[in-house]
Amino acid sequence: MLGYTLRRLAATIPVMGVVALFVFSLLYLSPGDPAAIIAGDIATEEDIAKIRARLGLDQPYFIRFGTWLWALAQGDLGTSIFTGLPVTTLIGQRLEPTLALTLCTLVVAVALAVPLGVIAAARAGGWIDRVVMAVSVVGFSVPVFVLAYGLVLLFAVQLEWLPVQGYTPLKEGFWPFLRHMILPSVALGLTYMALIARITRASMLDVLSQDYVRTAHAKGLAPGTVLVRHALKNAAVPIVTIIGIGIALLIGGVVVTETVFAIPGIGRLVVDAILRRDYPIIQGVTLLFSAVYVLVNLLVDLSYVFFDPRIRY
Amino acid sequence: MAEANPASPPVVTPVNSGTAWRRLGAALRRHPTAIAGGVTLLVMILVAVLAPWLGTVDPTDVSPIRRLKPPSAEYWFGTDMLGRDVYSRVIYGTRVSLTVGLAVAFVATLIGLAIGLVTGFVRWLDAIVMRVMDGLMSIPSVLLAIALIALTKASLTNVIAAIAIAEIPRVVRLVRSLVLQLREQPYVEAAVASGTRVPMILLRHILPNTVAPLLVQATYICASAMITEAILSFIGAGTPPNIPSWGNIMAESRSLIQIAGTILLFPGIFLSLTVLSVNLLGDGMRDALDPRLARRL
Repeated sequence: MLGYTLRRLAATIPVMGVVALFVFSLLYLSPGDPAAIIAGDIATEEDIAKIRARLGLDQPYFIRFGTWLWALAQGDLGTSIFTGLPVTTLIGQRLEPTLALTLCTLVVAVALAVPLGVIAAARAGGWIDRVVMAVSVVGFSVPVFVLAYGLVLLFAVQLEWLPVQGYTPLKEGFWPFLRHMILPSVALGLTYMALIARITRASMLDVLSQDYVRTAHAKGLAPGTVLVRHALKNAAVPIVTIIGIGIALLIGGVVVTETVFAIPGIGRLVVDAILRRDYPIIQGVTLLFSAVYVLVNLLVDLSYVFFDPRIRY
Repeated sequence: MAEANPASPPVVTPVNSGTAWRRLGAALRRHPTAIAGGVTLLVMILVAVLAPWLGTVDPTDVSPIRRLKPPSAEYWFGTDMLGRDVYSRVIYGTRVSLTVGLAVAFVATLIGLAIGLVTGFVRWLDAIVMRVMDGLMSIPSVLLAIALIALTKASLTNVIAAIAIAEIPRVVRLVRSLVLQLREQPYVEAAVASGTRVPMILLRHILPNTVAPLLVQATYICASAMITEAILSFIGAGTPPNIPSWGNIMAESRSLIQIAGTILLFPGIFLSLTVLSVNLLGDGMRDALDPRLARRL
C-alpha cells in the first residue's frame, strides 16, 4: 500500500509538470512588459532594461521556468499586477467562502445523488427511475448560471424566502450562513448530482444482475441489506471515480456561481482578474485548482483499496 | 485469440457504415426524445439562419425612450436598459451559440482525431502526448479557456480556439483507446503483415471505425462548448460585448434581476433548450451506435 501510494504520488508529478509548464507559458506569453509597468511612465529604456535584468526577464525561457518553479516550491505564486499583493495572500483571503461553497455542494450532491441512483436502479423502469433520469438529462443541459438565476427569480425575488445574493461567514451564525448557501449550492450541484446519480444507477444495475446478489436475496436477507451491503459496496468504485472526476465541474462552476451570487471567493477573484488583465492571479488560481483536482483524484485512486479488497497494491 | 477461434466475437465489432446508418435510423425511431432533440435543434438552426426575417429589428439599436419595457405585443421579450429589443437580441444570439458549438465540435474532433490516430499507432509518441493530455485535462476546462482568452483579444475566433483546446484531450483519449483496440484486430494485423504502410492502415482500416463513436462525442462537445461559451461571455471573458450572445445578454442584465428578471430568463431558456436538444440527440445516437452501453445508461 505504501509502495503504491508513493508510485501513484510519483505519477502525478509529470501531470502537474505539464500543468506548471502550461501556466508558466501563459505568464511568459502574456502581453505587456512587467518591467515597463514597474518602471512607470517616466522611465528610460535603460531603467527598464535594468529592472528587466533584476527580475530575470531577460533570461531564456527554460531558465525563467526554473526560477519560477523554484519560487513556486517555496510557496510564491507571484505578485498581483493590480493590487501589488502576493497572489497567495489574495487567495488566502478568499479561501473560506469558496471552501464553504464547494464542501456544502459536494456533501449535499453526494448525499442526494447516491441514494437516488440506488433507488432508480433497484426500481429500474419505475417512476422514480424515470424522474431521476429525466432530471439528470436536464441537469446536463441547464448551465450553472441559468439555473442560478432561475432559482433566484423564484425563491428570492418572487417568494422572498432566501436572500438574492451575498455571503455570511459561518462565525456569524449557522442559520445566516446556511440561508446564503442554499441557492448557490443547489445551482452549482445539479450537474454534479446528475452525473453521480447516472453513474450510480448504471453501476448498480451492473451489480444487481450478479449471481451473488441473487444468492443474497435467496438466503432471505432484507432487500435493504442486499442493496447497501452487497450491491452498493461492489458498485462503489465507478461511483467514487466519478465523484473525483466531477470535482472539475464543481471547480469550474465555482467561478460562475460566485459571480451570480456575489460571493467573495476565489472564483470571484479570477473574474475580477480577467477584467483587469491581472495575469498572475489567473495563473495562480488555475494552478491551484488543477492541483486540487489532481490531489482529489489521487485520493480517489487510493480509496479503491477500501471499497474493493480484491485490489491490492 | 480471435484468429484461433473464428467463432469467438472480436473485441470491437467493425461497424459497416451502411448498417450503422440503418441502426441509427431504427434507434432514433425507438427514441422519441432523440427525435424531439433533433427537431428542436433543426428549429434553432433555422432561427439562426432566418434571424433577420423573424420579426426582429437591429439587435444593437439603442433607444433611451423605450428602456426597460416589460414584454408586450410590440416588444415580445421586453427591452433592456439601453432600450434594445430583447427578442431580437435573443434570436440573433442563436447564431453565436450554434456557431461556437458546431465550430468547436468540428475543430476539436478533427485535431483530436489526428493526434489520437498518430499516438495510438506510434508507440514512442504515445507516452509524451498522453502526459500532455493528462495535464491539460486536469485543468478545469472553464479555467483553461479563461486563461487562454486572457492572453488574446476577445473575439469569436479566439473563443472557439480556446474552448476547442480545452476539449481536444477528451477526443484524443477516445480515439487512442479505439485505435489501441482496433490495432489488435486480425484485419489490421493482416494489413501490417502484408506490408501496408502505417498512414494507409490508419486511413483505410482504423479511421472508418472511429467515425461512429466520434460522432457521438462530437455532439457532447457541441453541447458543452455552447455552455462554456455562455459562461465565458457571462463572466466577461468571451464573445465581445457588442455581439449579442446569450451569455452577454445575461451578463448585461445581471444587476436588473430584481426589477426586470425576464431579460435574464429568455436567453437562459433558449440556451438550455438548445443544449438539451443537442444532448438528447447525442444520447439517441449513443444508444443507436452502442447498444451494449445503451441498456445500462
